Amino acid sequence: MSGGGGPGGLLARLSVPGRLDVELTAEPGDVVAVVGPNGAGKTTLVQALAGLQPAAGAVRLGGADLTALPPQARHVGVVFQDRRLFPHLSALQNVAFGPRTRGVGAGPARDIARDWLDRLGVGDLAGRRPGELSGGQAQRVAIARALATDPALLLLDEPFTGLDVGVAAALRIELAGHLRDYAGVTVLVTHDAIDALTLATRVAVLDGGRLAQSGSPHEVAARPRTEHVARLVGLNVIREGDHFRAFPPSAVTVSVHEPDGSARNRWPGTVRSAAPHGDAVRLQVHGDHQLIADVTPAATRELGLTPGRRVWLSVKETAIATY
Amino acid sequence: MRRTTTDDAPREPDDRRRLRFRRAPATGPAARPPSVIPAGGARRRRDPLGRAPLVLVVPAALAVLLLVVPLITMVLATDPASLVAALGSAAVRDALWLSVVTSTAAIAICLVLGLPLAWVLARVDFPGRRLVRSLVIVPMVLPPVVAGIALRTAFGRSGFLGAPLLDLTGFAFPYTTWGVVLAHVFVALPFVVISTEGGLRAAGAGYDDAAATLGASRWLTFRRVTVPLALPGIAAALVLGWARSLGEFGATITFNGNYPGVTQTMPILVYVERQADTDAVLALSLVMLVVSVGVLVALRDRWLVTA
Repeated sequence: MSGGGGPGGLLARLSVPGRLDVELTAEPGDVVAVVGPNGAGKTTLVQALAGLQPAAGAVRLGGADLTALPPQARHVGVVFQDRRLFPHLSALQNVAFGPRTRGVGAGPARDIARDWLDRLGVGDLAGRRPGELSGGQAQRVAIARALATDPALLLLDEPFTGLDVGVAAALRIELAGHLRDYAGVTVLVTHDAIDALTLATRVAVLDGGRLAQSGSPHEVAARPRTEHVARLVGLNVIREGDHFRAFPPSAVTVSVHEPDGSARNRWPGTVRSAAPHGDAVRLQVHGDHQLIADVTPAATRELGLTPGRRVWLSVKETAIATY
Repeated sequence: MRRTTTDDAPREPDDRRRLRFRRAPATGPAARPPSVIPAGGARRRRDPLGRAPLVLVVPAALAVLLLVVPLITMVLATDPASLVAALGSAAVRDALWLSVVTSTAAIAICLVLGLPLAWVLARVDFPGRRLVRSLVIVPMVLPPVVAGIALRTAFGRSGFLGAPLLDLTGFAFPYTTWGVVLAHVFVALPFVVISTEGGLRAAGAGYDDAAATLGASRWLTFRRVTVPLALPGIAAALVLGWARSLGEFGATITFNGNYPGVTQTMPILVYVERQADTDAVLALSLVMLVVSVGVLVALRDRWLVTA
């Protein structure tokens, strides 16, 4: 990402042999969504930024050099994927833990904790242990615990994973509000396109431990450069040399015989799966490319589009965005 | 006392997890619906795989009998009157008191030395860790008499450490109550360390990471997070070590001899009385059995519950 890393911002160049090699910059107030397939290095990036994973390179945050600092001295707030609320402490004690270790007295630390629990809407659950909280409640406590230390960098590792769809949606809306108020840099690891589109000011796409694409959520969604992001936003993307050609699955025509027309925009393949998608049926077709096509349920029946069926896909040139 | 390593809020009132089971049954043995796995105390269902074969059930039953019958016969053979008489005798009370005091002192030392060692083995990645763990286990498998001989070469009056200690302070371990404590520590410490290490590992290093990001030093994390989370495991380790220590005979008698009131613990008293007074021996043994069963009850959550 260009243009970031100014005073107060984040500038990280991190490499872990065989797992991660990225440069990431962000301005204060930025919410950077890190997306990518499993094993792309997202969690490794979070761990390296927090200092929990030894990595070569440098991390600068707000003009301070964190590179040589242990996790305790980095003042980075982390919401772990599995939350890691201390099970033997109440929600209040969990949130007060950070302020207490940073030298705040017991009483003031409790006040800070209570304030953060209230802000995240779980003030009435202060006395409960993590085992007595629902997934959504526990995630709110975990976010409060990370923010209570007033970190300059907030790391959220898949904060909506394992939550009910409704709970995740409500928390996403609230988190958007908190992140707008938050002056530091947020790095949000997610596998959900909607997080990247609704919460993020920038998107960084990781693939194989490297930065495959970065930009505003709109740019990345409209012009994906990796198969993974194309899938996330529901587009087909084909790489041709230095260019990418993207088209929506609704623009794809499916036929069982080789169609006439431009040879460039048709591909043979085998149906891998057929599943309902809104009013249509979404086919996954594997050939030279892995493509998705939306067809009507009637066409699915008439053409016998079941897994294993050989088909031709074609798309009009006018439906393709080249970039 | 079982503890999952993640705190993925288990009481979330949602059906997703169960739904997932129904919708997408995983392949492999784990795909069996959980209700079929018999839980302790829950109603038993017929095993869909069929009845357990006799060729396994019969030896299993024999094994139970072999373990239980001698204990039952001992209880039946004990004359209740002699039990009362035995408990009233000064020798028995001295031996019982000595056993309890030395075992408790030994377990306190095991805690002070063993918990740090268990933490190092569980949390610090250093070269030779496996070797150290193996060395720690050796006294556990060593014949206790051999342990007594080994202690004599180290802490005996002319031993490698014992001789200079005697020269410097005039104190020697053998044939003293401190010698009994030393022998007990030697045999109980491995149990305490290995069992505690298991407890520390089960408590999960992930919480250490979380504490570190919140600014906690390793020592603070140890006190505020690691030990409280591993407390059930640590307590079980101490009870186990205490029981091992209470029954210690071989190393103690080899290293310390048999001096009533000084080194004569309960197992040694049972041994020396075994021919002279059968009733008393039975009574003494019954006392030990009761204590052992008490330990088992204390540990029931750890060993008698399997999931």
